[in-house]
Amino acid sequence: MKITVNVWRQKNAKTKGTIVKYNVDHVSPDMSFLEMLDVLNQQLIARGEEAIAFDHDCREGICGSCGVVINGYAHGGQQATTTCQLHMRSFKDGDEITVEPWRAKAFPVIKDLVVDRGAFDRIIRAGGFISAGTGSAPDANSTPVAKESADLAFDAAQCIGCGACVAACPNASAMLFTAAKVSHLGLLPQGQPERKTRVLNMVAQMDTEGFGGCTNIGECSAACPKEIGLHFIGRLNRDLLGASLTGGSSVD
Amino acid sequence: MAAALTLYRSTIGKKAIMALSGIIWYGFVIVHMIGNFKIFEGAEAFNKYSHFLREVGYPAVPEGTILWVIRIVLLVSLVMHVLMAIQLTRLDVSGRPVAYKKKRTKQASFASMTLRYGGLAILFFVVYHLLHFTTGAAHPDFEYGNPYNNVVIGFTAQPLTAVFYIVAVAALGTHLYHGVWSALQTLGLNNRRSDKLFRGVALLSGVVLFLGFAMVPVSVLLGIVK
Repeated sequence: MKITVNVWRQKNAKTKGTIVKYNVDHVSPDMSFLEMLDVLNQQLIARGEEAIAFDHDCREGICGSCGVVINGYAHGGQQATTTCQLHMRSFKDGDEITVEPWRAKAFPVIKDLVVDRGAFDRIIRAGGFISAGTGSAPDANSTPVAKESADLAFDAAQCIGCGACVAACPNASAMLFTAAKVSHLGLLPQGQPERKTRVLNMVAQMDTEGFGGCTNIGECSAACPKEIGLHFIGRLNRDLLGASLTGGSSVD
Repeated sequence: MAAALTLYRSTIGKKAIMALSGIIWYGFVIVHMIGNFKIFEGAEAFNKYSHFLREVGYPAVPEGTILWVIRIVLLVSLVMHVLMAIQLTRLDVSGRPVAYKKKRTKQASFASMTLRYGGLAILFFVVYHLLHFTTGAAHPDFEYGNPYNNVVIGFTAQPLTAVFYIVAVAALGTHLYHGVWSALQTLGLNNRRSDKLFRGVALLSGVVLFLGFAMVPVSVLLGIVK
């Protein structure tokens, strides 16, 4: 396959970037999208040019490191697929592909396709600890968890924090990410003691980071490689409003 | 106190205000639409209903009290709704300072993507509508206390106005199709089980209110109401 890629090139956070056009020959349909970029980078290095910087780690769809906007879709627009799991067979010979970094005020571009997702880490940090005993392992079944709650908590906990929700959202909102993180602890008994302060602090941090607000359009959930449901945003709203109305206190 | 501040400062708190004020107006437009249907019972019934709205509650309270309480509640709701919309829109726009060269959506509805513009159209319409049928300033031949004639003359003398009304209520229907569901989601009332029901309620609201409101100008244009 022969492919033309229009890649966002930006030297560093301070300089202005631009789209640069590259031709990539000898692309196998079995390559992943990142492997196609690897091939392009080898060509650039051979020509003495600077390789395109992009984030990646596990390349098996579970770490959340990779992620670029491909032809206008975060992670390329396939259902439940990260950029590393997107294969070139989903493109046609001669296709022109536009590749851009996540765009959000809270995710400044560091270089080329790499953005700083530290805002997500700060939201997690704002959530604080849970009151789980450390030391020897607890007795099995000492804390019963309803099957439905466990399933739902696990659905939320699947979030890998890749940032596709922010990238796909027309408002660059981080509500789906925050909803997933608030819900997966909020649904479990171990997460109850700090449930109210956690949601208040995480939402306050989310707003401080400069993400936009949620208008319930649903593009986040559609772009999410882990298919985190939009209903978690409803749950986050419920938790936040409840915590606010009770003054963040767990005692009446 | 810290929690109350978080609520006001947070995007979610602002959206909750947006949702509550929207639901007040949602209730109003339903009652308004049902009231409009009195026009099909003839001039006497319609004018009597209009008069009833002015004196409802009398003699328990002075004439016009209830009317003005409702007007003030609606005005405050409208101001809050628009104010929150402006604040949130500014936040949303500032959330992405550098635009994508190429951006596409996967599933976003037309209604959800145009909610703000639809809201602007409705706001413009509300102002015009008050000048047209309440104060009469934008009406060619306004007669105080005779709303039936005002409606018929308002639409037959200027058929373009009737077309504008139909377009405006289409914008209202579209706004509600996303807005009603979104308000329920924002208030945290939605969950996996209720989602289909709430989306259904929103769709039904949009369609019924559009058809219900459009019926009046269409009937006048067709000569059914004259």
